[in-house]
Amino acid sequence: MIHFVLLVSRQGKVRLTKWYSPYAQKERSKVIRELSGVILNRGPKLCNFVEWRGYKVVYKRYASLYFCMCIDQEDNELEVLEIIHHYVEILDRYFGSVCELDLIFNFHKAYYILDELLIAGELQESSKKTVARIISAQDQLVEVAKEEASSISNIIAQATK
Amino acid sequence: MSSSSTSIMDNLFQRSLEDLIKGFRLQLLGESNFISRALEEIRREIKSTDLSTKSTALHKLSYLAALHGVDMSWAAFHAVEVVSSSRFQHKRIGYQAITQSFNDQTSVMLLITNQVRKDLNSANEYEVSLALECLSRIGTHDLARDLTPEVFTLLGSGKSFVKKKAIGVVLRVFEKYHDAVNVCFKRLVENLESSNPQILSAVVGVFCELATKDPQSCLPLAPEFYKVLVDSRNNWVLIKVLKIFAKLASIEPRLGKKVAEPICEHMRRTVAKSLVFECVRTVVSSLSDNEAAVKLAVAKIREFLVEDDPNLKYLGLNALSIVAPKHLWAVLENKEVIVKAMSDEDPNVKLEALHLLMEMVNEDNVSEISRILMNYALKSDPLFCNEIIFFVLSACSRNAYEIIVDFDWYVYLLGEMARIPHCQRGEEIEHQLIDIGMRVRDARPQLVRVSWALLIDPALLGNLFLHPILSAAAWVSGEYVEFSKNPYETVEALLQPRTGLLPPSIRAVYIHSAFKVLVFCLGSYFSSQETTSSSLAQESSSGSSSMNAFTHGSILNLVNVIERDLGPLSETHDVEVQERAKNVLGFIGMIKQEIAEKLNLQYNETESSRVTAFMEDVFSEEFGPVSATAQEKACVPDGLELKENLGDLEEICGEFLKPVESESVSYTDKISFSVSKLRIRDQQETSSSSSPPHEASSLLAEHRKRHGMYYLTSQKEDPDSNSTHSDYPLANELANEISQDPFNPKRKPNQSKPRPVVVKLDDGDESRITPQAKKNIQTAKDDESLSRAIQSALLVKNKGKEKDRYEGNPNSGQQEKEESSRIENHQNSENKKKKKKKKKNGESSKHKSQRRNEVASASEQVLIPDFLL
Repeated sequence: MIHFVLLVSRQGKVRLTKWYSPYAQKERSKVIRELSGVILNRGPKLCNFVEWRGYKVVYKRYASLYFCMCIDQEDNELEVLEIIHHYVEILDRYFGSVCELDLIFNFHKAYYILDELLIAGELQESSKKTVARIISAQDQLVEVAKEEASSISNIIAQATK
Repeated sequence: MSSSSTSIMDNLFQRSLEDLIKGFRLQLLGESNFISRALEEIRREIKSTDLSTKSTALHKLSYLAALHGVDMSWAAFHAVEVVSSSRFQHKRIGYQAITQSFNDQTSVMLLITNQVRKDLNSANEYEVSLALECLSRIGTHDLARDLTPEVFTLLGSGKSFVKKKAIGVVLRVFEKYHDAVNVCFKRLVENLESSNPQILSAVVGVFCELATKDPQSCLPLAPEFYKVLVDSRNNWVLIKVLKIFAKLASIEPRLGKKVAEPICEHMRRTVAKSLVFECVRTVVSSLSDNEAAVKLAVAKIREFLVEDDPNLKYLGLNALSIVAPKHLWAVLENKEVIVKAMSDEDPNVKLEALHLLMEMVNEDNVSEISRILMNYALKSDPLFCNEIIFFVLSACSRNAYEIIVDFDWYVYLLGEMARIPHCQRGEEIEHQLIDIGMRVRDARPQLVRVSWALLIDPALLGNLFLHPILSAAAWVSGEYVEFSKNPYETVEALLQPRTGLLPPSIRAVYIHSAFKVLVFCLGSYFSSQETTSSSLAQESSSGSSSMNAFTHGSILNLVNVIERDLGPLSETHDVEVQERAKNVLGFIGMIKQEIAEKLNLQYNETESSRVTAFMEDVFSEEFGPVSATAQEKACVPDGLELKENLGDLEEICGEFLKPVESESVSYTDKISFSVSKLRIRDQQETSSSSSPPHEASSLLAEHRKRHGMYYLTSQKEDPDSNSTHSDYPLANELANEISQDPFNPKRKPNQSKPRPVVVKLDDGDESRITPQAKKNIQTAKDDESLSRAIQSALLVKNKGKEKDRYEGNPNSGQQEKEESSRIENHQNSENKKKKKKKKKNGESSKHKSQRRNEVASASEQVLIPDFLL
């Protein structure tokens, strides 16, 4: 299974973290520091796998972002690379040629998309179309609610004047 | 009124997450300042009664926790509040916060059970999905127990969106609450036949994890998995199924034969590298007996190796190292690629290549490969350099130096390793130097030569990592001083001023070794005096002892040098060094007077010769390697309570324990040393006529009188001392016993130099079976029914959940019927599918009938029930 997902920028800034196995807050920071140190220092022409504490970390760089996933020894590295690519493609489709800034400002959306892709550290949805559909449906849900809320608060705000 | 208006004001002027992120990018306060300000704000906002304000605050907090490591456990209760909102966007934020921050210790965990249940039952599938995701991450035992009915219902949901998530959650629920297996397993299994690829993918993923944890329990489902393996064209699913079969085939070899063909077909057919690799890995790890499959897999590995993609190269090497132990030919076939990979720029690739190279080593090429690797080690970065050294060390010492023929060469190589600038493997080299000294008699002269070179090398003393090697070198040159060309120089090297750089424990070894050298010199001096005086022959200048020809002057000089160098150390603060130095000085004090006075006199009567002879006795005891199983070979005598609490012993032995601790030289030294001492004591005690009772032995006798209850009964010891002897073989005797056969059978006839004897301990399986275990095996063979009972007990234990399911079901007979009909169905569908089926069907029907027989006469077969094939 996938134990955690990390998105780290070229400068070592964390853009997203998602933990599927229990790690305490302190451990999390330590893991991030340790791994970004290892991965950011690897050259461009090296393989995308790192052995780490008895696990394997599969990473791939897209533009200025490193997508990393930590998996068990017996998991398939190439499959995880495909999952990463899958995720990136979905993000790309959602944001329309995604860039780091999109992820910075829509940090939560990147989360929601990941949640539709993986569950309990396993791939749950391999169809890009389905994920896109589900996410937009949920967005719709939120939008409708927001509109309602804003109109109500408008009314109240008017009333309290 | 006023409170509601402030909350509205809060809401209107609250910074959103986007504002926070923007602010973060523009801030000039410094990151930590900005965070603490934002946190202050959040703490205020999160207390608001307005749920939108609260949820926005929580959202910001989650952001800070995820990306900046801020602690958010304090907001657990607020997260629960937000989740209870009826609005989807609030719920989403709340669940995200919970997923992110809750753990088993979170106290408000109890409060969310009802909320999660409500959401699991919600008509809005997205709310259900949120609750499921949350459960998959934070599920505890209690949560899993309370929510199992809901999860069970969702497993049968008509919406695949919900169903696949419920399947994903099942894993966590099973893990936390085992009884859930009874409830949900059947539904889970049914989904294996699903035509929806998403559902199938999810359920296969769950079984993959279950099979990893406990393959036995998934074994009965092999027919279903087989069907998926043959039918599915979805690579995600196939990879998972292959993983399941890799696990199952390793516990059920017959399965391997069955799945080999479909796996090979996938390998030939597919273009997806990930699937090819999974097939290769399954074959090399679990089907390595199937020649055809392995051949195909190795061919695929070769394709990987010649690719430019570093990922494939790495994975190819990785797969080769899995196949290496059983099929070395696969590695040898690719030797050039592997050697080339040693100079790859990727350290991971280099490491795999190194691993494979060492896999290839045999007695013919060991020196060549080691030479190549040493050259690489000199050029490499410290990390890789030490990996190389480590691999060479472990490959060469494998199986008691099996592949080493020329020990002189190997000892020289060990010495060379110490001189590689980045070498940090001091401890392993130390161990091997001592180990070879003990095991290989013929290597000792070379060992002493190499040690000498190490001791006088000034560069090594300053390197912290090499100190263990120096410790070994010092020990070797003391222990095997008889091979030394020049004992004086050894002593000088051992006592050189720069030894002050060493840690005290190693310095103590140096001093003790100097002691040994001194005793050796004195001993040979006295004995040479003796021979000249007794024979009275003038031409007694025997050529052989020319290098050991000690004159009175040289001995006196030696004693003086040692006294001079150790003098200051008797004042040192380190107890270990001080003790050792005092020992030597005390010894010198005893003999020096006489030596200085009695020039050329008869020594054999003097005190000093007696003391020297005694010390020589102490040191002459040869150390042998001790088998790891030596302890097991000794039977526990009757009446000896090993498990009784011996707490009060501490009181009695407290005074003795401390000095023993500080006496450590190196661990092997310590153990054997005490053994030899004990032996001396024993001799003294049993045959007390030979020498006047020693002080120590009288003390011992007194101790025995006082604390007789802790000694073994003396009757047993005295009359049949022979039998006790065989009960407790001493380490050296063991070694001698076994050292008869260790000549390497594979030795080549045209070798110029025979391989020296290597003392090898019999560590085979036989010796590891304790007498009790042997008895167990015996009785098991005798009594079939008993063995069946044990095995079924084992089955219960191993199968755990699976077994529970069957036993929990009262109509297990029906279950079996279902199972068999399922198999039949499966076979029918197989029939339709392909032409090659004919043969296979015959095969499987044979299996089926076999199975029926087994069910009929269930008492005959005791192995795992054969519903599989």
